[in-house]
Amino acid sequence: MYSDDPWYDALASGWGEADVTDAPGVAPPRAGDVYLEVQRSAAFQEVRSRYRRFVVPAVVGFLSWYVAYVVAATTAPGLMARPVAGAMNVAMVAGLGQFLTTFLLTWAYVRHARLRRDRAALELRWDTQELTRVTRGGAS
Amino acid sequence: MTDDHQSLALLLFSVFVAITLAITTWVSRDRRGSAEEFYAGGRLFTPMENGFAIAGDYMSAASFLGISGLIALFGYDGMLYSVGFLVAWLVVLFLVAELVRNCGRFTLADVVAARMRERPVRIALGTSSVTVSVLYLVAQMVGAGTLVALLLGGKGEAARAWTVIGVGVLMVIYVSWGGMRATTWIQIVKSVLLLGGTVALTALVLVRFHGDFDQLLLTAAERSGHGEAFLAPGLKYGSDWTSRFDFISLGLALVLGTAGLPHILSRFYTVPTARAARRSVVWAIGLIGGFYLMTIVLGFGAAAIVGPEAVRGSNAAGNTAVPLLALDLGGGADSTGGTVLFAVVAAVAFATILAVVAGITLSSSASVAHDLYASLRRRRARPRREVAVARVAAIGIGVAAIALGLLARDLNVAFLVGLAFAVAASANLPVLLYSLFWRDFTTRGAVWAVYGGLVPAVVLVLLSPVVSGSPESLFPGVDFQYFPLQNPGLVSIPLGFVAGWLGTVTSAELPDEAKHAETEVRSLTGAGAV
Repeated sequence: MYSDDPWYDALASGWGEADVTDAPGVAPPRAGDVYLEVQRSAAFQEVRSRYRRFVVPAVVGFLSWYVAYVVAATTAPGLMARPVAGAMNVAMVAGLGQFLTTFLLTWAYVRHARLRRDRAALELRWDTQELTRVTRGGAS
Repeated sequence: MTDDHQSLALLLFSVFVAITLAITTWVSRDRRGSAEEFYAGGRLFTPMENGFAIAGDYMSAASFLGISGLIALFGYDGMLYSVGFLVAWLVVLFLVAELVRNCGRFTLADVVAARMRERPVRIALGTSSVTVSVLYLVAQMVGAGTLVALLLGGKGEAARAWTVIGVGVLMVIYVSWGGMRATTWIQIVKSVLLLGGTVALTALVLVRFHGDFDQLLLTAAERSGHGEAFLAPGLKYGSDWTSRFDFISLGLALVLGTAGLPHILSRFYTVPTARAARRSVVWAIGLIGGFYLMTIVLGFGAAAIVGPEAVRGSNAAGNTAVPLLALDLGGGADSTGGTVLFAVVAAVAFATILAVVAGITLSSSASVAHDLYASLRRRRARPRREVAVARVAAIGIGVAAIALGLLARDLNVAFLVGLAFAVAASANLPVLLYSLFWRDFTTRGAVWAVYGGLVPAVVLVLLSPVVSGSPESLFPGVDFQYFPLQNPGLVSIPLGFVAGWLGTVTSAELPDEAKHAETEVRSLTGAGAV
């Protein structure tokens, strides 16, 4: 039962609605089943693995690089003070390198998401919404 | 500082206040008072606008004045902060921004509560979010009071007290009248002002050294009296193992805490899609990265041009390095250029504080109304009522922040920002990551993860040297210090993750596979996102 204001149930997550549809005589599939079905579909598994194959190594990579930098800066000042060129020393190069890798990883992530993930995710979104709309039996 | 500086700075700051109040009135002229409008500003900001607003939310006066000041005094060790503050955004971009936009509605708790029993999870996350916000808020309020004393040569206690009250009243007005829409525009204006001021000062510093960054570094090193050591780490954090672990602890808290800050997370709900959230983070990373690179130039510039001795003489923590630098770059204390630049820096610093406190107040009022109030009441509040509760909560938070800010105004509260990040990383991040990525996560795990991070973080700080047992403590007279580090992150962040895991494996409740499927599908595809 919906009121005119779509935010009537601002507290509730709004996710459970499909479970309470009460079309008499018909037993529509629960919305949860739709999500389980989508989750098991090959298309979704592909999107998820593409996301994880990029994000997991990237997170491990930049976190170790950052922790290594902080630990080196605090415990190995001798190494970090070694001159590289002019006034630049290892510490300066590493610090500016952190900025550079952050910018590069940002760029790489966005490019990866745009080329490898966005289209498939959008199609899944419409398909899933279509399926959940059916389970709600037009109640919404 | 002379009267000229004061009156010009006050004039510029009044202009900023007038403009922001005009914005607040303008955007709230036809507000409908829905929760959508109040918490999320209608969700129709563009990625660029939101990127500027995120940057405005994140770049505090502590980073503008504090980090440059630390660099001016300690050289390289000041830079370590900026690196942590920036790298943190990769955690936000990769793991949090899009997924939270896709499955949440207004607050952090929305994302977790969707999979779990709602009430305990909302109470836990509401509590931790409000804790983070209040810590951050008090640091900003006290900072504002100190700033006025420093920059305007404040007429003692009264000026500082009135500054704290004024900042508190203004932030309550912005938030409770204008909601997210006004707060966002104030942050955008502040961002543009702050970046404009920083770009101008950086350009002047570089012009002074004919664009030769090497020369700038060498002059700074020479003037500092430390020579080469000024350009390498170790002057601030290298003295003993306690201070080393302290910085590693702070570094972890900075990098993992950003993704758990409630006022940052709520910014992703102001754009229409996850893709727009991603693009706003990209804007924010560009702006924040550029800003921190410029603070490095300003810090070393202050060391080279003003000199660490003059900086230390004006303020022992180095907070006046940039204003003094501006005075010098403009042509000296008695010149028009110097007066104008100094006033601009002072006004920008105030604008920065105002915008940051408004953002925090808004998100904590959302936590109070949407999570705490709604869960602690038996009957569910209607949304119009909920927005009214949020407005009242904003006033309550404002009053509490003013009171705490006044109580703490003589204390050294610099540790509070680091603590806010540590609590966010220990209490908010583990539960968020577990519920987005772990199939077997349960309600008990979620509740344990929050309290298992929050309680150790707070208790360890109470037992640390910032509270007792050293001359710089809050209570130097007593000694109940049992934990050596100033920042609890190194211990409390792992505890948060362990508690979440422990709560999950010991819980009798079976994980709800359908709910997990729902979270996973929604978070990665955006199906059903509001």
